Formats: sequence, C-alpha cells, structure tokens
Amino acid sequence: MQRLRRTMMFVPGNNPAMMADAFIYGPDSIMLDLEDSVTMAEKDAARLLVHNALKTIDYGNTEMVVRVNPLNTPYGKKDVEAVVKAGVHVIRMPKTETADEIRELEAEIVKVETELGCVGRTQIMAAIESTLGVINAYDIATASKRMMGIALGAEDYSANLKTQRTPEGMELLLARQTIVVAARAAGIDALDTVYSNLNDMETFRKEVELIKSLGFDGKSIINPRQIEVVNEVFAPKEKEIQKSLTILAAIKEAEKRGSGVIAVNGKMVDRPVVIRAQRTIDLAIASGIIKKEDI
Amino acid sequence: MEIKNAFAGTLESGDILIQIAPAEQAGLQIELDSTVAYQFGEQIKKVITETLTGLGINDASVKATDKGALDCTIRARVTAAAVRATGKDVWAD
Repeated sequence: MQRLRRTMMFVPGNNPAMMADAFIYGPDSIMLDLEDSVTMAEKDAARLLVHNALKTIDYGNTEMVVRVNPLNTPYGKKDVEAVVKAGVHVIRMPKTETADEIRELEAEIVKVETELGCVGRTQIMAAIESTLGVINAYDIATASKRMMGIALGAEDYSANLKTQRTPEGMELLLARQTIVVAARAAGIDALDTVYSNLNDMETFRKEVELIKSLGFDGKSIINPRQIEVVNEVFAPKEKEIQKSLTILAAIKEAEKRGSGVIAVNGKMVDRPVVIRAQRTIDLAIASGIIKKEDI
Repeated sequence: MEIKNAFAGTLESGDILIQIAPAEQAGLQIELDSTVAYQFGEQIKKVITETLTGLGINDASVKATDKGALDCTIRARVTAAAVRATGKDVWAD
C-alpha cells in the first residue's frame, strides 16, 4: 500500500513538548521545523533537540520529515548532517527555486550517508515558495530519485507575486495546478500549503475540498484540530468504496483467467480505473472505514 | 577543556533549562530543581552526567531546572549548553 500523506503537521523544532506529543493526534507525517519557527540564536539547540527526538521517540508509522535551513545559510549543512545521522525519513528543502538546489542537497545527504553506510536512505521533498520555483516545478520534481513530493508554500509565493491570499484562493490557482501536474508527471506526491486561521474552520474545509478536487495528496497543517477535517474530506464515500471493491475483485478474477481487459456493470475497466479504485481502498483503510482483513 | 558560563533550554513544560559554569571544585556539581525530582531526580542527574562526560567535560558546575523533560530533551539541552560553554561544535553521536 502506498503511503498516505493527507496531513503533514508542522511542529516547531525548538519545542520539546510539542515534539513529544505530535504523533498522538495521528497525522500521516510530522514535519519538525528548523527553519522559520526557530530564531537565529536557537538554531544550534533546535538542531540537537530534533536530532535527539528522532533518535529516541517512537513515532510509530508516522513519516518523519525535517525542514532544514537553506544550504546557503550557516545552518543548512549542519542541519542535514544532524537529521540524516538521526535517521530522518525525509528532508524538506524550503524555498526551492531550481533543480540544482535539490542536487546540492542530495550531495550533502550522500556525504553523510556514505559515512554511515546507508546510501539512499533519506528522501527529499521540496517546498516551492516563489514564482521561479513554480516555473521550474517539473525540473525540481525530477531533480533526484529521492524526491517523494513537492509542496506549495503560499505565504512567500503570494508576496513574491505581489498579491495576498484570499479565502477563495484564486491567486494560487496556477501555482497549485502547476505543482500537481509536475508532481503527477514526476510520479511523486503533491502537498498543499498551510491555512493559518484556526478560528475559521469552514473556510479551511472549503480549501481542503478545493485542493482535493485539484488532485493534491494532502495538506500541510499547523494544528492537530485540522487533522480531522482533512481526513473527513479525503475519506472516500460508501458508494465509491463499494464500486472500487467490485472493480478490484473483478480485476483479480480476470488476472486468474489471464484476461487483460474486463467490464464491470457494462463499463470497460482499464488501468487508470484500477489505480483510482486501489487509491480509494487505501484511503478507506487509512480512514478506518473498512479493515484490510475484510477485503 | 575551558568552560565559560552558558545555558540552553527553557522553563516551558516538557523542557529543561541547563546552566553551565566553570567548576569551583574537581568533578561535576549538579544542582537539580525538578517538578518530578522525587521520582526521576537520580535518572535526570545520570543523563546529565553521562552526556557531559561523553563530551569530555568532567569538571563543571551545572544548574538544571527541569519541567518534566524526556531523556532525549535533557541530552539535547545539556549538549547545546556544553557546546555553547566550550565554543566547540562537539557532536555527541
């Protein structure tokens, strides 16, 4: 089953209590942040905190991501060393504008992994937060085999675009669609930006519905309260699940008989339909609507 | 190893504030103020001692104000304070 990334929860890298509790709320991924949420004076301490937390705390099946500082700052390379040594699953590169930045990050990761004897262990995701980054989205998405996803960072992007965010999000439409298309073409995941007004859950829900319909795999979130809404929106409906189960059962039967093409309820079922059905079932299992053993 | 006054950590819940100063006498003097001292005082001192000796610091005066930090947080804060106190980027791995 492909890993689900409906929610990637941001946790400040210098807050030990939040770091210890984050997984309790059940986000699909946790992103410990060494960048914007940590002041310059605390970069060294946050790096050590994240390193020790990753090495010690049992986060279960949660995917662990760390947002490092850009490599052209005095902190970036040290961040990479610390988190690769601690066995992080994914390094998130902020403010990515070109494929070269990903290749530079990969070279740093390889250096540390070679020393540890685990080359290839760490994955990379890129946050695209500028107009140049959006223009280069596909190059960034395909810059390394380690790429597992690209994400939109809308605050910096909106500022760069000389506009501001609105509840409707029209200003982000091109960036969102470009990122989804680039991710799909590269065969990796697409993650949407954060929504930071915790008092307006209605607009948040609408935004999640919008990004789901655009094709995103999930959303970056800043508070555990947002997890339930995202999971609800991404959870497949009963009718979809039944249809998907029928399709998967039919394809299994056809494989047994050695037949390539099948029809379900008079409609031809081909590869895209099967992929969509499998994803629906994966989501239904992850949402707790059906159990794996019941299939 | 020469040590100057330094600190790391905060007084927030789940954290620990570590203050390191040059030793007044040989060895590690650890003064602990903890909300969970009765149950975990010895364990906290043990983690502090192990972390410092692991970094090659055997003489120092340490004041620890604990707010229920996990062992990994204690290790991180002690290491950060030690790095700041010695000026050396020592990586305890």
